[in-house]
Amino acid sequence: MNFVALQMLIGDRAKYIGILIGITFASLLITQQSAIFTGIMSRTFATITDLPTPDVWVMDEKVQYIDDIKPLQDTELYRVRGVEGVEWATPLYKGLLKARLSNGNFQSCVVIGVDDATLIGAPIQMVDGRVEDLRQNDAVILDEHSAKGKLARVQADGSRAPLRIGDSLEINDRRGVVVGICKVSRTFQSQPVVYTTFSRATSFAPRERKLLSFVLAKAKPGVDPLALCARITSATGLRAHTREDFKWITMQYFLKYTGIPINFGMSVLLGFLVGTIIAGQTFFNFTLDNLKHFGALKAMGATNGRLVRMILLQALLVGSLGWGMGVGGAATFGRLTSSTELAFRMPWQLLAISGGVVLIICSISALICIWKVARLEPAIVFKG
Amino acid sequence: MQTAVNLRGVKKSYGAGESRVPALRGIDLDVNAGELLMLVGPSGCGKTTLISVIAGILDQDEGQCSVFGREMGGLRGAQKALWRGATLGFVFQAFNLLPSLTAAENVAVPLLLRDVPRRQAVAKAREMLERVGLGARTESRPWQLSGGQQQRVAIARALVHEPRLIVCDEPTSALDHQTGASVMELMRSVALGGERTLVVVTHDARIFSYADRIAVMDDGRISKIVDSANQL
Ligand SMILES: Nc1ncnc2c1ncn2[C@@H]1O[C@H](COP(=O)(O)OP(=O)(O)OP(=O)(O)O)[C@@H](O)[C@H]1O
Ligand SMILES: [Mg+2]
Repeated sequence: MNFVALQMLIGDRAKYIGILIGITFASLLITQQSAIFTGIMSRTFATITDLPTPDVWVMDEKVQYIDDIKPLQDTELYRVRGVEGVEWATPLYKGLLKARLSNGNFQSCVVIGVDDATLIGAPIQMVDGRVEDLRQNDAVILDEHSAKGKLARVQADGSRAPLRIGDSLEINDRRGVVVGICKVSRTFQSQPVVYTTFSRATSFAPRERKLLSFVLAKAKPGVDPLALCARITSATGLRAHTREDFKWITMQYFLKYTGIPINFGMSVLLGFLVGTIIAGQTFFNFTLDNLKHFGALKAMGATNGRLVRMILLQALLVGSLGWGMGVGGAATFGRLTSSTELAFRMPWQLLAISGGVVLIICSISALICIWKVARLEPAIVFKG
Repeated sequence: MQTAVNLRGVKKSYGAGESRVPALRGIDLDVNAGELLMLVGPSGCGKTTLISVIAGILDQDEGQCSVFGREMGGLRGAQKALWRGATLGFVFQAFNLLPSLTAAENVAVPLLLRDVPRRQAVAKAREMLERVGLGARTESRPWQLSGGQQQRVAIARALVHEPRLIVCDEPTSALDHQTGASVMELMRSVALGGERTLVVVTHDARIFSYADRIAVMDDGRISKIVDSANQL
């Protein structure tokens, strides 16, 4: 009877397409909105993403997220190095400094100062130049996107020429020379990212007593990073998080203090509601139109169980097709917009979530129909 | 002679209280195995109600109804559905063919309901269509067929699983006289045979001659049973 169930559904072209559109729309909207949401949220911890080597981030105990800088004493670096289980520890400067553009405008940049000796924390993906050149005088590395965009040189005719190796720029009235161009993950506020060494970064920065933003540490082989965090905290009184935890903490801060999740939550809810209404309504109409046939099948010996299975199969068919088309549509959208400012990330968990939601939509639709068909009196078949 | 259907004191009303409508007021009836019995009578006299009780798709309020010795009251829900699938064939006034299935697939439905594999079921259905004279139209959809052809598909569907009892409600009233007559010919020639029994509800006097016996109903009762239309 599976065959009959599928033929019944597909044979009714208009309704079949209607149900598919409802589910596809819901799946598309839910997947696309959540992918943008995920994309934006993953930008909040872009700096941590781009720093894969350290296991542990050490910071002032009051720090709430990655951009919340509460500088430490330089000596804290040595205290962390002294904790048992630490393979190495390096300083990291992270600050927001003003770069002066050739046309006289200012642009604030995220300046990241990495350990002078090891260059740990320097960009991983170079587009042009070499990381080692950071050791040259006044050297900085810019991210590709801002070298072409926000930091680009405005020429006489108004067009923008990208900054290249050898070009210089002024950061907080100090000269920086571009020695490389790198790729970074986009940050939440889309500011340009400027890499340099720790000591140069502190010379760019305004004079302050404390300039050490974070201490990055690596656990010795076999040492659990989480256990190491606890040990660092008890030894130094500083806050220590594993890389993954710090990402999560940063994202949670944004979730909590910006309206972003509610906003996207509404879109997802809307997709769910509209999808359920369109799909449920059309599926219900389909069932109503076929009530006579379901009645005849009942009279001819179809049990309720059999009819329930038929309806579930029909729901499963439109559900999986609609889900597939919606997710496919969302992925295409992601592809098409990948070169724009739009944040779009579609990890597999997202597919699972939209799949789950579509499953709920189909179950609701199917349940309404099952309820109707199960209560159907087969005696209606003899009524005109 | 064996009894196919045995009814004793069957009563059935619709609704409750003020709006209660008695449809069957005490029916005693025996249908013999192998005969074609027609149920006739004015509109609203309870023919459809009676055939629904016989077919096990409506429960009587009082009295006994047994079909081939099986007491209807003893069967419940799914059990009853399975019993219907195994014992009964249905022919409806409005044909009730599934529009998205071909003639052969429609005919195969009773077999599919009994979990016969599709290939086998459709092959059997084609044979059956051959027997009702539609061997050339097995792949047609219902809407591509005339009313008479659709009713012949329905007859093939009622027969394909070789049920012992076939119930028909007004099988010819959607058809013109000549087509109706040829449908009844077919019923007699193909459907009857052995102990297979037909109960046909109709108010179409032109087909009375195809009956072995005619039970006349009036206001929820059987007023007389005759052997031929001339006795009415
Ligand atoms: N579902 C129902 N609810 C209430 N009353 C009903 C219902 N079905 C039938 N009736 C009533 O029961 C009586 C018998 O109806 P039934 O359909 O059995 O008559 P019938 O002989 O088949 O009539 P027709 O020749 O018009 O088909 C009628 O008075 C009808 O109005
Ligand atoms: Mg009737």
